[in-house]
Amino acid sequence: MSFKVVIGVENLSKLITAKEAAALIKNGSTVMVGGFLSCGTPNKIIDEMVAQKIDDLTMICNDTSFADVDRGKLIKNGLVKKVITTHIGTNPITGSKMQSGELEVEFYPMGTLVEKIHAKGSGLGGVLTPTGVGTILEEDKKVIEIKGKKYIFEEPLGADYAVIYGSTVDKYGNVAFKGTTRNFNTSMATAAETVIIEAEEVVEELDPNNVVIPGIFIDYIVDGRK
Amino acid sequence: MTIVKELSKQEIKEVVAKRIAREFKKNDVVTLGIGLPTEAANYVSEDVNVIFQSENGILGLGKNQKGPDFDKKVINAGGVCVEYNKGASFYDSQMAFTIMRGGHIDTTVLGALQVDAEGSIASWQIPGVFVPGIGGSMDLIIGSKRVIVAMTHTSKDEPKIVQKCTLPLTAFKELDMIVTERCVFQFDEDGLVLTEINPVFTVEDIKASTAAEFRISPDLKSMIV
Repeated sequence: MSFKVVIGVENLSKLITAKEAAALIKNGSTVMVGGFLSCGTPNKIIDEMVAQKIDDLTMICNDTSFADVDRGKLIKNGLVKKVITTHIGTNPITGSKMQSGELEVEFYPMGTLVEKIHAKGSGLGGVLTPTGVGTILEEDKKVIEIKGKKYIFEEPLGADYAVIYGSTVDKYGNVAFKGTTRNFNTSMATAAETVIIEAEEVVEELDPNNVVIPGIFIDYIVDGRK
Repeated sequence: MTIVKELSKQEIKEVVAKRIAREFKKNDVVTLGIGLPTEAANYVSEDVNVIFQSENGILGLGKNQKGPDFDKKVINAGGVCVEYNKGASFYDSQMAFTIMRGGHIDTTVLGALQVDAEGSIASWQIPGVFVPGIGGSMDLIIGSKRVIVAMTHTSKDEPKIVQKCTLPLTAFKELDMIVTERCVFQFDEDGLVLTEINPVFTVEDIKASTAAEFRISPDLKSMIV
């Protein structure tokens, strides 16, 4: 018996251009963007978002990268009104826009941000984390004590769009990664209404043993080579 | 403040990194913060086989890659392209923080803006002046079995070891040890204990450049071997 699936028109329709991908994203929406600094980032889609001036965005990302690359370009071009992130130290433009009041920055510890996204994607009601207890992160937050230990309650965090990266993506949307490119891409794939992935390489079919993100999470694929 | 001697940047790096490197045991899982802590990796002897972890999703971190053909898909948390050792693994941020917050790191070494006599640390912002953010630091400190701060003893002649942190905290009462170019402090239930000193400095120098109360170990040693 063979389990090989024939690629249908419906599967193939996931493939769009970077231009079409950017055009899907509405002004004023909340967008998760994958990447850790410049590693595992959807560069072509971001370039198109900049070219099409997709504006007034709330961006959720691990960090705001560097000033002139990937996520940094969205900040530099003034397309982001608010960023929900963990670290901005590598991008001085984020810092200066925050100090001038042009950009709102909401900080979370990295482990908290990823779990908030995971909670949304996996249908949980929130996260209880010991991280940040005894710091200003406790302010305005619910602190819950369980068996004598304090935890901060954090709500799930979702988005309208996730714009993520994959090293190898097959036509069903299954994703495999190389090196340290996974970072937030995997969690973000589960927590947005519309998920667009930029593939370093698109192949017919991945070995199911190597799939990290199952294809059902991916709505659109952009071939990064084109 | 009267400090007899100032060490050069290179001397500071060497003294601190060498001392930190002696803290690692065979097969320890270790995370090093960016800057001074990272230098410790250069002084770990090969037979110790430390497994370095980085929050961007790698266990088994090796040396920095040498150009010209960098594999940009393998970086450390500072964005530097790195090699990876035998037995290495890659994973996503959720797994990275399962490892870090979940108690699976033996020793974390981090820099700091301020640390205090209670074992609290401030390292993520000077409000209105310098706000790099939190990154993985809070999770790391709260989750690691052991947390060591590696930093310069003072900043522009101002003590960085204080009675109580005035900057926003990264973690409350979590530190186990402080290593500077001048001395080593350990924390016990009653607070700070000066356990080792760089012979270039005197106990009076340490007192003059530390704004926290501390006890002097009866077994005070040189931090240089």
